Amino acid sequence: MATKPELPVSDPQLDPNTGEFRVIAPGYTFKSVTDVIARIVLTPHTPVGWFFGFMVASTICLILFTAVTWLFLKGVGIWGLDIPVGWGFAIINFVWWIGIGHAGTLISAILLLFKQQWRNSINRFAEAMTIFAVVCAGMFPLIHVGRPWLGYWLFPYPNTMNVWPQFRSPLLWDVFAVSTYATISVVFWYIGMIPDLGTMRDNAKSKLAQYIFGIFSLGWRGSVRHWMRYETASLLLAGLATPLVLSVHTVISFDFAVAVLPGWHTTIFPPYFVAGAIYSGFAMVITLAIPIRKFYHLEGLITIRHIDNMGKVMLATGLIVAYGYSMEIFMAWYSASHWEYFMMWNRMFGPMGWSYWVLITCNIALPQLLWLRSTRVSPGKMFIMSLIINTGMWFERFVIVVTSLYRDFLPSSWGTYRATRWDYGTFVGTLGLFTALFFLFVRFLPMIPMSEIRMMLPQAKVETEPEAMEAGD
Amino acid sequence: MPVREGIYGLLAEFDTPGELVAAAKTAYDSGWRRLDCYTPYPVEEAAEVIGFHRNYVPLICLVGGLMGLAAMFLMETWVSVFAYPLNIAGRPLFSWPAFIIPAYEWTILWAGLSAAFGMLAMCGLPTLYHPLFNAPNFRTGATTDKFFLCLEANDPKFDVVESRAFLESFAPVSVVEVEY
Repeated sequence: MATKPELPVSDPQLDPNTGEFRVIAPGYTFKSVTDVIARIVLTPHTPVGWFFGFMVASTICLILFTAVTWLFLKGVGIWGLDIPVGWGFAIINFVWWIGIGHAGTLISAILLLFKQQWRNSINRFAEAMTIFAVVCAGMFPLIHVGRPWLGYWLFPYPNTMNVWPQFRSPLLWDVFAVSTYATISVVFWYIGMIPDLGTMRDNAKSKLAQYIFGIFSLGWRGSVRHWMRYETASLLLAGLATPLVLSVHTVISFDFAVAVLPGWHTTIFPPYFVAGAIYSGFAMVITLAIPIRKFYHLEGLITIRHIDNMGKVMLATGLIVAYGYSMEIFMAWYSASHWEYFMMWNRMFGPMGWSYWVLITCNIALPQLLWLRSTRVSPGKMFIMSLIINTGMWFERFVIVVTSLYRDFLPSSWGTYRATRWDYGTFVGTLGLFTALFFLFVRFLPMIPMSEIRMMLPQAKVETEPEAMEAGD
Repeated sequence: MPVREGIYGLLAEFDTPGELVAAAKTAYDSGWRRLDCYTPYPVEEAAEVIGFHRNYVPLICLVGGLMGLAAMFLMETWVSVFAYPLNIAGRPLFSWPAFIIPAYEWTILWAGLSAAFGMLAMCGLPTLYHPLFNAPNFRTGATTDKFFLCLEANDPKFDVVESRAFLESFAPVSVVEVEY
């Protein structure tokens, strides 16, 4: 193992050749990787901590059910929406959740295309995070439409009313962007899981687990012909998901940018929304990964290297977001528009100015600590940092939605925005729903892609006998 | 339909991908065509040496994507120009720049679904039953840590005794007969 004696590296977490943290701790075999990951699912003994966490999460989820039931009975009037702020928590939460989902796609698709192998350990559960975040996100526009049982009217279908949707509206673009995103994320996730479901089928002891994994693994048997098509399909899906993820948040930013309102009508919205989405999404991956690796003792597979790398991605995207904020301020001045100027002043120093400074503190000031290596390699600090960034990103959407709306062109129509307990209940409830779904995922599905980890092990390489490689041209 | 009885093939088990690739290459070079390798993760070299160089998943994906593009763009045009013309802020009925966005999303949607389901269809999956699952050592190894080479009985070169001796020459962990 220690090939270079001049580098006195004694820490087994460090790679003796590069001095960097290893992506996978040394000493794993194909068998032990499989056992470590499959055991979490196949063991008949559910840890007590799992039950406790699931109980807390589903209790919080009940708040969501209560809030939504009351909403369906009474209508959106129970929320704090009013004129001039007609878009409140629902759209804030929608954008926040969908942004969180984007890191999953980034990790599974974009980093795959860039051959960033370190992503393999975190890819599956980041992808699961995407799906659960999209579940939470997709709910908000649906319950906001007032009569959610007519939500299918959003789709173009021949109907007896003889009406069709209006394809020039960004809100309809959203329908297609988000529904495509949800579908492709689920397909990508499932296709990526088929070989591992085969492993689970073959390792399961109980008859029921063998049946269920057997059906969902579709009879996967690892033929190299299948593997080659599978790899092609994975790369294609990654190549498709990459422009998709960029387009989804771009379309969401069009919901704002296409309006002529000061604070919304700006061309920087698409890139800065996408960067913000990745920023918050990586923060959520860290929020989830750090407790999971601790609880399930996966420190050898989700290593400090992952946390360090994610910290660097957050730093980079955070700086793009910071650039977006500065450009907004600059354009408010440079546009010489009275309304733009007032909106910016009001956003910073108006009655809701505190929200702007919370945003700046959480999204720009504190994350500068990520420049320090000591922050990035400390799971505890990174966990706190991820919570701070997620708070900041939620406030970003709050600032964009509320402080652009509550004081518009006519002072006589100025108002304010106050969220009700149902707004808070719905938001907190989705956190419970998200966490509860995640608990089910880590218990019933392999959360780390075993086949991809096997590929990363040193013994996975075919030793090249010279004539054996000749045909590989 | 081939007759589903008798021997499906001979299955040799190896411990390392290198041994598998060497054996598969020798078998392919000596004229075997109905053979396959089974590995717990993608081993590209093994596919190359048994003559599997290209697949048609990208083509399916391209065709699917173009169909999605055409379907959505034509529907938008038909709806907005003919079926339900609406004057929205004085814009032309055929406002194609706005139509690009849903059409773009549907290109991705159809391309992705075609790639995924096309891949499964070309692999012949789902196939919940396969004779290889009858082999005693296949399920414990093929999806975990072992590498298999299967010479199939429908190859003209197949002969139970000679083929077994041929596989034994690669010093595998074991060679077993797989029954239908």
